[in-house]
Amino acid sequence: MSDKIRILLAKAGLDGHDRGIKVIAAAFRDAGFEVIYTGLRQTPEMIVDAALQEDVDAVGVSILSGAHMTLFPAIRKLMEDRNCADMILFGGGIMSEDEITELGRKGVSKLYGPGTSTIEIVEYIKGAVAKKRAGEKLV
Amino acid sequence: MAEIRNQAEISEQQLSEALKKAYAEWKAAADATTNKNKKYVTVSSEQVDPLYTPADTKGIDFLHDVGFPGEYPYTRGVHPSMYRGKPWTMRQFSGMGTPEQTNQRYHFLLSQGQHGLSVAFDLPTLMGYDSDHERSLGEVGKCGVAVDTLLDMEKIFKGIDLAKISTSMTINAPASVLLAMYIVVAEKQGVPPEKLRGTLQNDILKEYIAQKEWIYPPEPSVKLIVDTIEFGTKQMPLWNTISISGYHIREAGATAVQELAFTLADGFTYIEKSIERGLDVDEFAPRLSFFFNAHMDFFEEIAKYRAARRIYAKRMRYKYGAKSERSWMLRFHTQTAGCSLNAQQPELNLIRTAYEAMSAVLGGTQSLHTNSMDETLALPSAKAALLALRTQQILAEETGVINTIDPLAGSYYVEAMTNRMEAECEAYFAEIDRRGGVMSCIEEGFLQREIAKAAYTYQREIDNKERIIVGVNGYVLENERIDIPILKIDESVAESQLQSIKKAKSIRDRDKVTRTLNDLRQACRDNKNTMPFIIDCVRQYTTMGEICDAMKDVYGEYIEPPNF
Repeated sequence: MSDKIRILLAKAGLDGHDRGIKVIAAAFRDAGFEVIYTGLRQTPEMIVDAALQEDVDAVGVSILSGAHMTLFPAIRKLMEDRNCADMILFGGGIMSEDEITELGRKGVSKLYGPGTSTIEIVEYIKGAVAKKRAGEKLV
Repeated sequence: MAEIRNQAEISEQQLSEALKKAYAEWKAAADATTNKNKKYVTVSSEQVDPLYTPADTKGIDFLHDVGFPGEYPYTRGVHPSMYRGKPWTMRQFSGMGTPEQTNQRYHFLLSQGQHGLSVAFDLPTLMGYDSDHERSLGEVGKCGVAVDTLLDMEKIFKGIDLAKISTSMTINAPASVLLAMYIVVAEKQGVPPEKLRGTLQNDILKEYIAQKEWIYPPEPSVKLIVDTIEFGTKQMPLWNTISISGYHIREAGATAVQELAFTLADGFTYIEKSIERGLDVDEFAPRLSFFFNAHMDFFEEIAKYRAARRIYAKRMRYKYGAKSERSWMLRFHTQTAGCSLNAQQPELNLIRTAYEAMSAVLGGTQSLHTNSMDETLALPSAKAALLALRTQQILAEETGVINTIDPLAGSYYVEAMTNRMEAECEAYFAEIDRRGGVMSCIEEGFLQREIAKAAYTYQREIDNKERIIVGVNGYVLENERIDIPILKIDESVAESQLQSIKKAKSIRDRDKVTRTLNDLRQACRDNKNTMPFIIDCVRQYTTMGEICDAMKDVYGEYIEPPNF
């Protein structure tokens, strides 16, 4: 397997606003990542299935409809149930700071709100994956 | 400075040479003090010249290209008196939570001087799912009001006389179902369809291109739209059967020209399909309407609206052979750009919205929605919604913009930009034709890719700080905590909808529901106009999901191939 970071990007729920996720996908691609974009209307099951099948380092989910408090914990729980809790789960959407804190407690590594620079997101994932891989080597 | 004498005394040739010389002298002086580290581009990343002169508007024939308001080619507006005759309609888009909550908000907005209603539906409704469908989990009432059966529509419009108000409904894939519900609610109030005024968004092509709320594949979806156009033309003479929308295309990241070109191309597709159905263009075209975005680049937006009217009038007259002047006129609604608003320092959004609204009015819009400052965070609070409405009232009452029509006509810059937009739009039409039309371009992903490219360019400009967005990548408040009130929609809305569905199911006649659904399926198979059959279903308190599923049985579902 190459050193390229593999990342799955998904739109969850019913919302079709895919401008953000496509911009992020292009930014990750240009930064040298292997990007798998699922497209729209993914259920938590579909997202975790794809993540396992593609053996990715991180899963990024965009939710702009307000359903984030339902969908992120559902994805995280499935990851735990299916033994891939080591995958980094991050996302973007319209969320309050309290909600971000709560989702953080439920195992979402990082959540980004509107106005975040793509550079910041790419750098975060690079760092998080490096840390994760270093940890794996130690084991 | 070169000496330019009285224009009447010299020939055009001399004038042009004198102008060139004067321009060159000015340019040298200006270049010496121009900040060359900055890019001078529009919101759409188009280069802008530092100065425009008569040389940029040389080819314009005033009567032919600009003309008078209310006259072909309508560059200056569709009504002879514009806002002196009738101000634009202040129409704030709203809807949230339960039908009861939405009804309350409507009564409030109407009491504050709003002219017309505009209904926002939640995502399950936009996708044709009932609130109790598994895919609706967590989404009920979040982005708009939830509608499952006629019962909900009765509640939304309770105490509102549908003979007196005009209502716009932002609904696309299941548009005919909501139109049917509206007709039946009116019928129960004693108002016949021919008296109903309002607009159905009903534009599925821009859904495939940008907003992505579809149910069926493109062909049957467009067939359903032509059904509503045919039905509306015959039975609802005051109703706008469709609102061909660039708004969402722009929000998805398109440039101003892409918004213009793709929207008009969508419109021409509906027109061609309606003509194929056997409708007379002069019968249906006067009820077609458009919907554009008002983004931050003031002059680019104004040029866009002016170009839109001119391009449309020319095509309607010469390509589609429309004879009625009413068919040549492009009437449009405008909404200020949601995508220009930011979560950081949200009060700044009031200022952005005010500039955008002014461009829409100077561009001659027929109706306007101004966004609320908190919309990047949540649905608008009552206070924020009121401020947004007041923004329009200040514009109409205090700024003087309504006094004179199309005041930017004759501006070298705006006229040159209007011409450029038209030319670039025509180039896109040629490319779309070369690729087999809008439907093929959608299937092939061409339009989607063009938009995604533009969105990425824009974001990179922001990330690299070539483009400064106040509060986001410049003038940032450290450790900002957002402290404006946020409207929260909780899960009790879903519970209340489940009760509402239960209630509807308890009062209806199951045999009649089954029979009307079967009739609808058969009408789809027989390629009949579906509208009367959908109205019959709705009357029986059949749910939105049941009706859409029946049509899915015949038409199938659309799945987009993912690409970025």
